[in-house]
Amino acid sequence: MKKFLKGFVSATMVFAMTAALAGCGGSNEAEQPAEQEDSAKETLIMATNAEFPPYEYYEGQTIIGIDAEIGAAIAEKLGYDFKIEDLAFDSIIPAVTSGKASFGMAGMTVTEDRLESVDFSDSYATGIQVVIVKEDSPITSVDDLFAEGANHTVGVQTGTTGDIYSSDDIEGEGLGTIDRYNKGADAVQSLATGKIDCVIIDKEPAKAFVAANEGLKILDTEYAVEDYAICFAKDSALTEKVNGALKELIADGTVQAIVDKYISAE
Amino acid sequence: MAEWLEQIQAQFELNFISDDRWRYVVDGLSVTLKVTFFAVILGIIIGVCIAIIRSTFEKNKGEMPFGFNKVVLYLLNGMGQIYLTVIRGTPVVVQLMIMYYIIFASSNNKVLVAVLAFGINSGAYVAEIVRSGIMSVDDGQFEAGRSLGFNYVQTMRYIIIPQAFKNVLPALANEFIVLLKETSVAGYVALQDLTKAGDIIRSRTFAPFLPLVGIALIYLVMVMFFTWLVGKLERRLRNSER
Repeated sequence: MKKFLKGFVSATMVFAMTAALAGCGGSNEAEQPAEQEDSAKETLIMATNAEFPPYEYYEGQTIIGIDAEIGAAIAEKLGYDFKIEDLAFDSIIPAVTSGKASFGMAGMTVTEDRLESVDFSDSYATGIQVVIVKEDSPITSVDDLFAEGANHTVGVQTGTTGDIYSSDDIEGEGLGTIDRYNKGADAVQSLATGKIDCVIIDKEPAKAFVAANEGLKILDTEYAVEDYAICFAKDSALTEKVNGALKELIADGTVQAIVDKYISAE
Repeated sequence: MAEWLEQIQAQFELNFISDDRWRYVVDGLSVTLKVTFFAVILGIIIGVCIAIIRSTFEKNKGEMPFGFNKVVLYLLNGMGQIYLTVIRGTPVVVQLMIMYYIIFASSNNKVLVAVLAFGINSGAYVAEIVRSGIMSVDDGQFEAGRSLGFNYVQTMRYIIIPQAFKNVLPALANEFIVLLKETSVAGYVALQDLTKAGDIIRSRTFAPFLPLVGIALIYLVMVMFFTWLVGKLERRLRNSER
């Protein structure tokens, strides 16, 4: 009997706890929007992918870089606390749309596909996509990639603008094939061993790769110039505020000073 | 309810219809099937060879007279042991990257590299499965074959292997199911298999649900079809039992 009672009691407790947990889940879902606005007033959470120097990268345990500092400056101007979350690049937009992060800032270019999911702020920096080739490569300018009858194998990092543009204007036009690597470094590795003809990637990481690998160079002409912007959940009240703060920071030279600190210093 | 359906439909159009994104899936599926098919064949060839060497060694090392044959058998068995240790001791994705970036650094035939990497990997597991099958056939069967006048190879070919094959079929089928799903790491070397196709679509549409669930369903259907096929084969083989 005792045993039976014990079993009964514990079973009841388990049931009650499950019910309580389930209840939590339910109410959480219902209250989430309200809660979010509350917490957003205290802390701005910036989603980024800290593998993209000089825009965002780790120095020891902290994430620094152009985006990190501009994000912090915006939060300060608007009177919020500031926190950075490091995610995979393709998880940034889902994090922003689901409200896990207040905004995303990761050297992100405005594209039509992205505009379907998120809103963007005004642009705060310019990114340049360049082409890395071997020093003795027959490709001497970006135009060679688009020459009639061209058939190059182009390495890119999956999901980056280099991937999206070249899928369209190189693969889509039948001017070559695109090899999509998980990391920029993997693409450069393949270029160094001669598996592919060139790599399209952002200028700043490109410089680092070329410095680290002998026999590679960056073509003089750029492949594409693009504007980096901050992304927000659709119709977020934050977009206006951040745009206002950004305007002031650009006007008083703060943004330029931050960019110069990381890029022109070399 | 209708709204929910409409949403799914819109998501489906975004992820698979617009910009012909379904092409990634179809091409990826064909790459996955190609790699799996040839890797299975390579795995069987390697696996059966190693299994025969290893079980011959296990069964005969005692009574074999010292001589050339014994030395060769010891050498072959040693090589098989090293192969098994290295292949089973390292993750397949690391082996794939070593194949692609180091051993075949100068080749850019990614399908071939993947077939070799997955085939050589699978061979190690197939070898142990087949060996367990050969060892499971009673010694009496072998002795009966020899006393009927078959030589060693004939006994293996006509008596031992057919029985062993029936014993190991479930384990072998399991290995091939694992292999089919293991090819999903091919994206590490920029090979656009089925999983990578989902990744590419995801990186364009930022909608994780349909690309992931879609490719999961395709894998599931492939495995279910294969399981059904193996079940049929098993029943056919069992006909001889009674």
